[in-house]
Amino acid sequence: MNDELNRMERAFERQATVRPSDAARQAAMRAATEAFHKENATVHQGTGIGSRLRERGNQLLIALKRKPFMDFAHPKLTHVLAGGASLAVLAIAVVNIDHIKPGIVFSPFETKMDEAELPADKDVVAALTDTKPVARLEENLPKTKEVRKQQSGAVQLSKRENDAIRAFSPHIVGGIVANEATSGLRSRDDTAVRQYREQGRDKFSDITPNPLKVVAKDPVSTFSIDVDTASYAFVRNALNNGVLPQKDAVRVEEMINYFDYGYQAPENRSEPFRANVSVMPTPWNTNTKLLRIGIKGFELPKTEAPKANLVFLIDTSGSMNAPDKLPLLLNSFKLLLSSLKPDDTVAIVTYAGSAGTVLEPTRVADRNKILSALERLNAGGSTAGAEGIRQAYQLAERQIDSAGVNRVILATDGDFNVGISDTGELKSFIERKRESGITLSVLGFGRGNYNDELMQALAQNGNGNAAYIDTLSEARKVLVEEAGSTLFTIAKDVKLQLEFNPATVSEYRLIGYETRLLNREDFNNDKVDAGDIGAGHTVTALYEITPVGAQGRLVDDLRYQSETAKPRSSGSAEEYAFMKIRYKLPDSDTSTLITAPVTRGSEAASVEQASRDDRFAASVAAFGQVLGGGRYTGSFSYDDVVALAQSAKGEDRFGYRAEFINLVRLAKSAAALEPGKQ
Amino acid sequence: MNTSDSELAAQAAGGDMAAFQVLLERHYDSIFRIALRFTGVREDAEDVAQTVCTSLAVKLRSFKGEARFTTWLYRIVVNAAQDFHRRQSATTRLHQAYGEVSELVRGAEADAARELAWLYDALQRVGQDLRETAVLVLAEGLTHAEAADVLDIKESTVSWRMHELRKELKTLAKAEA
Repeated sequence: MNDELNRMERAFERQATVRPSDAARQAAMRAATEAFHKENATVHQGTGIGSRLRERGNQLLIALKRKPFMDFAHPKLTHVLAGGASLAVLAIAVVNIDHIKPGIVFSPFETKMDEAELPADKDVVAALTDTKPVARLEENLPKTKEVRKQQSGAVQLSKRENDAIRAFSPHIVGGIVANEATSGLRSRDDTAVRQYREQGRDKFSDITPNPLKVVAKDPVSTFSIDVDTASYAFVRNALNNGVLPQKDAVRVEEMINYFDYGYQAPENRSEPFRANVSVMPTPWNTNTKLLRIGIKGFELPKTEAPKANLVFLIDTSGSMNAPDKLPLLLNSFKLLLSSLKPDDTVAIVTYAGSAGTVLEPTRVADRNKILSALERLNAGGSTAGAEGIRQAYQLAERQIDSAGVNRVILATDGDFNVGISDTGELKSFIERKRESGITLSVLGFGRGNYNDELMQALAQNGNGNAAYIDTLSEARKVLVEEAGSTLFTIAKDVKLQLEFNPATVSEYRLIGYETRLLNREDFNNDKVDAGDIGAGHTVTALYEITPVGAQGRLVDDLRYQSETAKPRSSGSAEEYAFMKIRYKLPDSDTSTLITAPVTRGSEAASVEQASRDDRFAASVAAFGQVLGGGRYTGSFSYDDVVALAQSAKGEDRFGYRAEFINLVRLAKSAAALEPGKQ
Repeated sequence: MNTSDSELAAQAAGGDMAAFQVLLERHYDSIFRIALRFTGVREDAEDVAQTVCTSLAVKLRSFKGEARFTTWLYRIVVNAAQDFHRRQSATTRLHQAYGEVSELVRGAEADAARELAWLYDALQRVGQDLRETAVLVLAEGLTHAEAADVLDIKESTVSWRMHELRKELKTLAKAEA
């Protein structure tokens, strides 16, 4: 009956194999993006404003952010994140913001710091010189004789080649690459390069600052250790862009833990870490005191470091094609290579974009092979990297070394299209693999679509850590200086419990660690997972406590009943609290307990008399809290933070503290919202 | 983890380039596919797809979210393809279609090629209304109700058109024989 219709249907079915060409797809995206750009420029802002902004070069960023651009030279998009595709070279990786705010932004040379504070780090310099940006550009260009000839003289490239170069060098600014060819390109490339930018889709867990607790009612506080520092880097990145970070992005403990404090370290390996406590007056509240717990992990001599078997799972989706993403990642990776031992192995798997194993497990000694694999990576394409994560774990399993470190390192800007789409399934997959000895670390890149919540969750499930990398300096800090702590766990499931003494403390408040709180009973339950400490890690926790009899209590006594706890006879008036720490050695399933009282003996009489590290930690805590809304910090201002931090800067060998002080200053003038969202 | 089409569309209408790009990326393949159903020639389909993508930059503002995004999008693609069809002269199109066909013949799929030639010849002959209905119902597998939504006509009209289409095709077959 329906013969004709069926025939037509079948003919349609057969036709279904015709696919659009990539070129057409790209052209369509490009045209649409341009149309969109035009539409929104005229309808929403008026071209007048737009061009005025662009004339004022230092405000270019605002223009960029109003209209998230994409790199016109290479506009292939991915289905979820979308973005242009290609590699940019190192020199470029870190300077896109310099373009806009000269002298404030963190560059590999840490331009904003005194010359004297420059880290004379061979690795960074090596990585910088290593990349030979122009040489690499040339390699990636179609090499005709003419082109080669022209490159030695004046640069005359065809439009296509010029586009290709532009894709490779989105923001070449200011003297970092002093090179004939690139400077030629720069002058030619004077239109604003449209760099793809995600905006406003960063995801963070909601954070409500820990509430104040009354000792008589809740004498015990329990939480898991957190060694992550991602929040600080994210906050820094936002502030450097002239924008206040969203409140949930500010995790005070991660900001505090970003800095190294000179806590006393344990003497030998049998004692994985040592806890130090001190008390000082609270800088932002004269009525309270700050109780500081500092933990320092055992520093593993490099020669003793276990063999590392690392598999990098790299997101090459189109959105990674931004100077602060894939190119930065590649250069970070080179830095990491320098901190590994020749016998360690590295493998690379990519997902989204070009999916698959890019590098089979290779010994670090075979540096050239690894580097050439890195060169081949580029962002782009929308092919879902099916099973990317399984592949990564398979490679790790193949090389598994029960005595060494086996770790998958996921590098992404928020695209978790790793082959397992369900978040729950992904977490449990990672958890199961953790049991088999393979851990997971997450390196976050870029802003706009940064999925912090999931990254943290994954890293926590995988017993690894999450770091946010916004500059090459940060990469150096995480991957070189802290390679030991990042890679070698010395104690796992570290939990901290503090019992306050009602005879001396009436109220207390844990600063930060909102996402790490544990129930009181979890402390003794070895089944409950908690944070790990790596070799050399320092972890700091601060409590703000109100001593008994002090003014300014926030909770009044009740009128009709007594809430006063009856102190036990052993409760000493000398002790503020009693600290308990539980941890497991990396290969153990049962925990060990350490206890120590927090006594008045460790108390500084005034803020000035407190140790430099304590003062600095307090200033970071104050900054984090003010950024997060400042519910408990009263009238303490950014200026007060600066003054306090200045007094505690100390030697500051790598300039991290100086950088912090600059960030606080930036926060004063930062806009509350990204311009594009207003 | 995926934002819905309507949400993205709303964000894009508000000037969010990223949302716009995600949306396009998500739907480019469908846009191309439907365009191809109408044109039968890849290059033409690519042109139509690009026109659609570009026009979305403006048209998104008029997407009010009362219809499903895909329904709304399909309507735009159908209209663009029909426009394209009208602009192209029949001869050029047929010429191109045969080019495509001969490619397939060389690919040793003579049978498929013949069917494809028949398909586009028939689609050409049955006229605009039946053509768009055929594409949506037979190629895209939409129900009559869904096709009606896209074309903004009554469901009964779709059913009637399908009936007409069968009659037309039969007439064509007779003429051939």
